[in-house]
Amino acid sequence: MTDTATDPALSSSLPAKVETPFQRFRAEFFESRIATGALAVFLIIVLLAVLAPWITPQNPYDLAQVSVMDGRLPPGSESFDGYTMWLGSDGSGRDLYSAILYGLRISLTVGLASGVIALLIGMAIGLIAAYAGGRIEAIIMRIVDLQLSFPASLVALMMVAALGKGVDKIIFALVIAQWAYYARTVRATAMVERGKEYVEAAQCLGISRFRIVFRHILPNCMAPLIVVGTVQTASAISLEATLSFLGVGLPQTEPSIGVLIANGFEYMLSGRYWISVFPGLALLLTVVSINLVGDHLRDVLNPRLKK
Amino acid sequence: MSAVLDVRGLKTHFFTHAGVVKAVDGVDFTVSKGEIMGLVGESGSGKSITGFSILGLIDPPGRIVEGSIKFNGEEIANAKEDRLQSLRGNRISMIFQDPMMTLNPVLRVDTQMIEAILAHESVSKHAAWERSRDALGLVGIPSPEERLRAYPHQLSGGMRQRVAIATAFLNKPDLIIADEPTTALDVTIQAQIIHEAQKLTKQTGTAMIWITHDLAVVAGLAERISVMYAGRIVEQGGIDDVIDRPLHPYTAGLLGSVPTANRRGKRLFQIEGMTPNMLALPDGCAFGPRCHARTEACGRRPSIEDIDGRSLRCFNPQQAAESVI
Repeated sequence: MTDTATDPALSSSLPAKVETPFQRFRAEFFESRIATGALAVFLIIVLLAVLAPWITPQNPYDLAQVSVMDGRLPPGSESFDGYTMWLGSDGSGRDLYSAILYGLRISLTVGLASGVIALLIGMAIGLIAAYAGGRIEAIIMRIVDLQLSFPASLVALMMVAALGKGVDKIIFALVIAQWAYYARTVRATAMVERGKEYVEAAQCLGISRFRIVFRHILPNCMAPLIVVGTVQTASAISLEATLSFLGVGLPQTEPSIGVLIANGFEYMLSGRYWISVFPGLALLLTVVSINLVGDHLRDVLNPRLKK
Repeated sequence: MSAVLDVRGLKTHFFTHAGVVKAVDGVDFTVSKGEIMGLVGESGSGKSITGFSILGLIDPPGRIVEGSIKFNGEEIANAKEDRLQSLRGNRISMIFQDPMMTLNPVLRVDTQMIEAILAHESVSKHAAWERSRDALGLVGIPSPEERLRAYPHQLSGGMRQRVAIATAFLNKPDLIIADEPTTALDVTIQAQIIHEAQKLTKQTGTAMIWITHDLAVVAGLAERISVMYAGRIVEQGGIDDVIDRPLHPYTAGLLGSVPTANRRGKRLFQIEGMTPNMLALPDGCAFGPRCHARTEACGRRPSIEDIDGRSLRCFNPQQAAESVI
């Protein structure tokens, strides 16, 4: 037998460039133009929201800057202070362009914060269920089933009704309404991963069960978690808008997108469409772009849909 | 030579809804330091379950119901989980069949190897890394530093199995259980892997149980062989004795079904029938219904007996062997 250390067939099997799974994933993601476009739109929305104080003519939360004289002006009108309201103004005289960007700040904060917190909580609970097994798992998963049998909007509605208004309370309500989705996803994936041979091999190496769950199984569960995370974040944003629209979410003084839409609703029939329609379009654009990204992530991350 | 592993009367049963599956039903064997023992049998004969029983990795509804497993003199059958965990990967390692499945796809090779060391020893990460690199060098992997940085999907099947073998040898174990480690590889790579494993056991004095269904592999590798059928060992002895002069009709049948050069042109021997249903084994000899040499005596259950320095579970040994080879 030849000395294997100098076997040329062996040395050629490693590609010159070490490609990490992330690099491969990135390359596949940007293959889709729609997803790339949606991601770009979403990033622009985030950028506009973050930069709102520097690129808007008015701070809609500062009552000193809001003049009732400017109420219900159509798009393109000039304001009392002399700047142009490209998207018109609402009933209280807020410049809609400014109000939408400030509203997006709230919507995105609420959506991302509740998404991340719910993800962490749901992930921990789902992993505990998969790790512990037996009775603990049964109890956790029945709670999850119970929770998922109610519509998320109903759970969130009940929570804010009990807690009151405010950004922190909305985030809390959305976390309560959404953690179960993550818990179920993580637990289901972890159950599949647990049966795989690399887990058995890790057991045979004497690695502790805790480490196997968090170090070996969890990273393999990330793909479905990322997908559920994006979709749930989009749904958290629209859920917040729904709650605010119904008047139980955020207060009138801190208008989120939902509040703006609700404000304009009473003027719809009088032809002052812009007060509801422009915030509505902003919400639509945000949610659709996130969902398109999430959809494509699912395609890329699901090995069963691989070409 | 001292016995690293001494298994006596091991019974591992699975309590399923359909009934009790006696996957391992009274297995005895001894493995000495530096020895390679081949554990041969067809699918479902209980050879893998024997391996997992030694590691204490039998999941419910299965459990070890009887017997003793002495590892370096210590009883480890049904030992406490933390004791078993400190042995696994440290004193007893395992190599699996499919190298595509046994490495974690999202962790780099170095992460997985270093972890295997740090699970049992408190050494610095760098020292663990150096040991991993040296281990990869030992199994004939060129430029080990580079391979350590790779993810499993960037390595070929043979390369991954080398990584698995290197990982098994990392903590210089006393015993390695190799569960069909070459079955998923093509023949040229198989030969290389067998060569590496043999070389390493010689160098380190590690004992090895090589589980396989391939007699040709065992013939060139092992010193002793145990043939399993339906949860029991039917024949056990020195490799040359058993391969050249099988006494049990099952062993003889397995050997007779391998094509060889000196029987060119002759029809290969075929063992009749199918693997028995483990839930409904025949009353007498489990191999009885398929045996070409069965007599009335085979209606009773044969016990294991020592003949000519080997163990055998058969009533008509000599006669059996002559008729097929």
